[in-house]
Amino acid sequence: MAKITFPVEASHIMMFARSIGDTNPVYHDAEAAKKTEAGGIIAPPSFAQSVAQFNPDYFLRPKPGQPWFGSGKTASGVEGKASSSGGLHAEQHFEFHRHIGPGDVLSVETKPGASCEKESKRAGKLMFRESITEYRDQNGNLVITARSVGVTTERPVSQG
Amino acid sequence: MALNASALKVGDTHSERVVENLSRTQIVQYAGTSGDYNPLHTDEVYTTQVAGYPSVFAHGMLTMGLTGKMLTNYVGDGRLTKFGVRFTNQVWPGDTLDATATVAAIREEGGVKLVDLTLSTVNQDGKEVMTGNATARAD
Repeated sequence: MAKITFPVEASHIMMFARSIGDTNPVYHDAEAAKKTEAGGIIAPPSFAQSVAQFNPDYFLRPKPGQPWFGSGKTASGVEGKASSSGGLHAEQHFEFHRHIGPGDVLSVETKPGASCEKESKRAGKLMFRESITEYRDQNGNLVITARSVGVTTERPVSQG
Repeated sequence: MALNASALKVGDTHSERVVENLSRTQIVQYAGTSGDYNPLHTDEVYTTQVAGYPSVFAHGMLTMGLTGKMLTNYVGDGRLTKFGVRFTNQVWPGDTLDATATVAAIREEGGVKLVDLTLSTVNQDGKEVMTGNATARAD
């Protein structure tokens, strides 16, 4: 995948912190954040995943003029889609070399990692796929390394 | 406030209720800020009629974010060096989640004091929805 440019912005961090219910001033109050050890606003640890916003081709964002698999006039806007649960997120790991904040402009590259197949009682055949994402700052320094594991299930995960 | 390594011992825990009665609206909020608009999380019609689930469910990353809030409250701002999780069960609207960090090790690496933590987030029925590990710099 091509490199994605991810400008880290204060308003995005503020909204992200709100969406996880985190009222810590270090995520939204520049004055208060200055007095903390962080020395200014920083992003919550799992914010890095919001790089999806800056991926022009991100498949989980509707795009103008293109069919979308969510509901509209019908339950799915894409005909003939198998009623499988599709992909789910199985694991997410971050390694922080430095905590990012507003003003950082990250260059982000994702590479495929290992994959494996497993059998489960709750969802049938499971296909696990790993990807490694490196976030580098404007000086070329590696700031975050992320490892994500996605799983495709044969059928929806049974509950209970 | 950062952790004080000399005041910690293996087995110490910190718990927080990170969400009570999770609303569909908060899941929508998370979709908006993360950029993950998978209809499984926000579109009840698609999720029940096409994907075959009983209702929409939260992004795994929302549970990670909620758990991260407990974690950063415990270890301090900008102190995490590692944070990794496995999503073990789905989180549904109406769920109440409690997240716990347990001290697994206190060590020193290159003169830096580090605390290793194991993480567990459970729902109102005591079912584990996420497990994980984290490492933080301590004083």
